[in-house]
Amino acid sequence: MSEINLKSQLKPDSNPGRIEELEAITIRFAGDSGDGIQLTGMQFTTSTAMAGNDLSTLPDYPAEIRAPVGTLPGVSGYQIQFSSREVLTPGDAPDVLVAMNPAALKANIKDLKKGGLLIVNVDSFNSQNFAKVQYAKNPLEDGSLSDYRVIPVELSRLTGNSLAGLPLTKVQVERCKNFFALGMMYWLYDRPMDSTLRWIESKFKKNPLLVEANHKALHAGNAYAETAEIFGHHYRVRKAPIAPGLYRNITGNEATALGMVAACHLSGLELWYGSYPITPASDILHELSKHKNFGVKTFQAEDEIAAIGSTIGAAFGGALAATGTSGPGVALKSEAIGLAVMVELPLVILNVQRGGPSTGLPTKTEQADLLQVLYGRNGECPVPVVAAATPSDCFNMILEAFRISIKYMTPVFFLSDGYLGNGSEPWLIPDAKRLAKIEVPSIPSSADFKPYKRDEATLARPWASPGLAGYEHRIGGLEKAEVTGNVSYDPDNHERMVRLRAAKVNKVVQDIPATDVLGPRKGKVLVVGWGSTYGAITAAVKNCQARGQAVASIHLRYLNPLPPDLGDILSQYEHVLVPEMNMGQLLKVLRAKYLVPAVGLNKIKGQPFKVSEIEAGVESILKGRSL
Amino acid sequence: MEEDITALPASGPMLSRKDFVSDQLVRWCPGCGDFAILATIQKLLPSLGIPREKYVFVSGIGCSSRFPYYMNTYGFHSIHGRAPTFATGLKCVRPDLQVWVVTGDGDGLSIGGNHLIHALRRNVDIKILLFNNKIYGLTKGQTSPTSEQGKKTKSTPQGSVDYPVNPVNIALASEATFVARAVDTDLPFLTEVLRRAALHKGLAFVEIFQNCIVFNDGAWAEVSEKALRDDTTLTLQHGKPLVFGKDKNRGIRLKNGFVPETVEFEPGKPPRDLLVHDEKAPNATLAHLIAHLERPYFPVPQGVFRSVERPVLHELIDEQVAQAKKAGSADLQKLLAGSENWVVRSA
Ligand SMILES: Cc1ncc(C[n+]2csc(CCOP(=O)(O)OP(=O)(O)O)c2C)c(N)n1
Ligand code: SF4
Repeated sequence: MSEINLKSQLKPDSNPGRIEELEAITIRFAGDSGDGIQLTGMQFTTSTAMAGNDLSTLPDYPAEIRAPVGTLPGVSGYQIQFSSREVLTPGDAPDVLVAMNPAALKANIKDLKKGGLLIVNVDSFNSQNFAKVQYAKNPLEDGSLSDYRVIPVELSRLTGNSLAGLPLTKVQVERCKNFFALGMMYWLYDRPMDSTLRWIESKFKKNPLLVEANHKALHAGNAYAETAEIFGHHYRVRKAPIAPGLYRNITGNEATALGMVAACHLSGLELWYGSYPITPASDILHELSKHKNFGVKTFQAEDEIAAIGSTIGAAFGGALAATGTSGPGVALKSEAIGLAVMVELPLVILNVQRGGPSTGLPTKTEQADLLQVLYGRNGECPVPVVAAATPSDCFNMILEAFRISIKYMTPVFFLSDGYLGNGSEPWLIPDAKRLAKIEVPSIPSSADFKPYKRDEATLARPWASPGLAGYEHRIGGLEKAEVTGNVSYDPDNHERMVRLRAAKVNKVVQDIPATDVLGPRKGKVLVVGWGSTYGAITAAVKNCQARGQAVASIHLRYLNPLPPDLGDILSQYEHVLVPEMNMGQLLKVLRAKYLVPAVGLNKIKGQPFKVSEIEAGVESILKGRSL
Repeated sequence: MEEDITALPASGPMLSRKDFVSDQLVRWCPGCGDFAILATIQKLLPSLGIPREKYVFVSGIGCSSRFPYYMNTYGFHSIHGRAPTFATGLKCVRPDLQVWVVTGDGDGLSIGGNHLIHALRRNVDIKILLFNNKIYGLTKGQTSPTSEQGKKTKSTPQGSVDYPVNPVNIALASEATFVARAVDTDLPFLTEVLRRAALHKGLAFVEIFQNCIVFNDGAWAEVSEKALRDDTTLTLQHGKPLVFGKDKNRGIRLKNGFVPETVEFEPGKPPRDLLVHDEKAPNATLAHLIAHLERPYFPVPQGVFRSVERPVLHELIDEQVAQAKKAGSADLQKLLAGSENWVVRSA
């Protein structure tokens, strides 16, 4: 609950070698994008998960693949919070910063908590690197870091020493230094190293020399931290009280891909995934391409239009069909989405949102495509929209998207974002046998078949794919006559069809579960979130509640249609606060639909909310201040 | 015509042209060349022995793209220029279907040029018919990518400044495995070309010269009118020299390397150095050279420019799926569990 109210920690210690207990800790690894920071972070995460802590991560990498070495644009970061309690976010501010070079220091030092631990690779602190980031003097010597506990480590030299005698090039030695650093961190936080040792073995299977080198560097770092007594003592974060079961660590993009494979299994249909590479959605294409043994077909199209075109074609052919992209790709797909709405075929469109407009911030997160997916098409073009709240929730919500699409014969948007896609958390692995089947409705006899004759309960039309004798029919983007599906320009028919398509999407409300309210059912403030802000909002609201404040929160996973109980819930609170990583898109929708005087808390920095920022927002409302 | 008929799905009951006529009123302008093409296809399909329900006609937007509505088969009238993308997804998940794409010169070469190139290079097992009327019909008469430079249209009152492309050459440059051309006025010939397209395994691309009687009447008159066409067209035959003319007394040969020229000879006695057509040539150089024969200096070639075999997209995809299935069983629980996991025991 009090994940940000950490006990004072990392004070110099008079009792070296002692293990100090901590409740939660946030570490940020930062370095040049060539330094293997993401890899280091992920290894630390796996070991931490295996040590039984709850955790959450935030990778933050530059858009450039290799910006000039040592410069600010080239800095890559990876933050993890782990705890003996429930963890909902990657942590507001790091307690520990590992900076591999001056650029990493300069880019990240402002975030480090006062009194925090700063581990730097002094071997990269030279005048050349200072010049690249406009450090006039060596920041390790000019007193500017006096608020922190600075631990300078000669990372390059020590790594080199540990590998002496191995026939390695200078570059190869240099590449091992992140494992030396990781070894140190493993000692400092009392983590097991086995998973990383195993990872090194499988990664460098073909090159035993590199296995040996990286193993050595890892062990050497570990031993150095223990024997050099630079840290005084080390820390233990006890296991978190997590529900028993088999766990793994999972990113949102992985969970999304696995959800799609599961959908294949649960529907008994073959999956077609048409996509065009785009950050931060490409990983879904990569992951799915590995699972063709499950009857998955992946297709890297020539562009996003072809990607969705192939997907609609596959849906026409009776396959489970999906296309994935980010905002710019959604823009390209919008005409085809309109067609899919018109021909009423089931498919899922994934939008892993990133900062916009235009190319925007390709590697940073944002929630600014909500209005795009709700309204960004010509004509009245309603599409159900669902959004995942956490990385592992991507698995549930992509399944839900498929289920809705098939039941209601409609394209469905699945919203994720860069933070969910790349961020990770431990996941209680579901029992495949207990996942609900995705029912594929049967079609009427050919004598009763009419392409646009609807099911009464869902208003869905029958999904009769080519190849069935007696069901020959034509579909297309021109307005359809009700029932027959023939082209019709009749004015009354058009109005009826526009209303029918909207009514069909609204029918989805009958599938939406009751909204969970965290906190009192009535009170001063209700915080309403959607998407990846879940962790920060939940942690903040729990903190407020712990202080005795009458604050509750709800988190929307269904954004079109909205949950049927939402209006009632909103009316029970004096104030409604809507934090979003945009200028207030859900806010607009809520105000328009429910006529509530909701207010927005908006952050548009390409970075997720901090818990403290949401708490400050709630605090302001409680104190009657405007935001 | 020596294609392998066994590659096609098993034959169903005998069908006739009527079975392929839908109940929809055909809404093209009276006299539009599209009618003749529609009738030709409705007559051809019953002779192929493929059950009617296995046919799907996919189109984009344009007059020509209304085609699927008039066929009593499965049909998909999609959006402007994108028909090949829908056809690709459909064929890859449903290899049992015979998928035809109908497109126009604007639809296929302008807005949809990108998709056309990629469908061709991937050798998707579909048939693409490009109805070329050198004009935008549905939007009432603007210049198209095949309109000649200087063409006066509604959007180019002073004449088009854009240089045209030749659809056959685009197809050849995109590594198409079957490329042909026919004219909407010579129905027996069109039928034969379409039959071969239907029997080709892989992407078959056919350019059909089509008359738009309203916005570009007579655009093809020189090569489509009976009285003229013997001298203005050249019918390609595999393994035969390039000979044309009412009296079969003219031919094409190369001078100075790759420069084609027309020669006249005594009927029945062609010179030995005439170019000989080879539609099976492993590379498309000869086909390109022939495709560049254009009016007014040369007769316009029609028939099959190229017909070669290459693995088709859906088979390559299926092969990878089969390989993956052989390499690893589809155990969902195992997949969900991943390679790094841990057990949390109850406290
Ligand atoms: C996205 C989009 N842009 C423009 C149009 C308008 N439009 C419809 S058909 C067409 C051109 C058709 O020309 P062509 O492909 O040559 O077919 P034809 O009508 O001549 O058979 C255009 C520009 C459209 N339907 N969609
Ligand atoms: S406008 Fe031209 S192409 Fe279109 S239907 Fe009329 S004649 Fe045919």
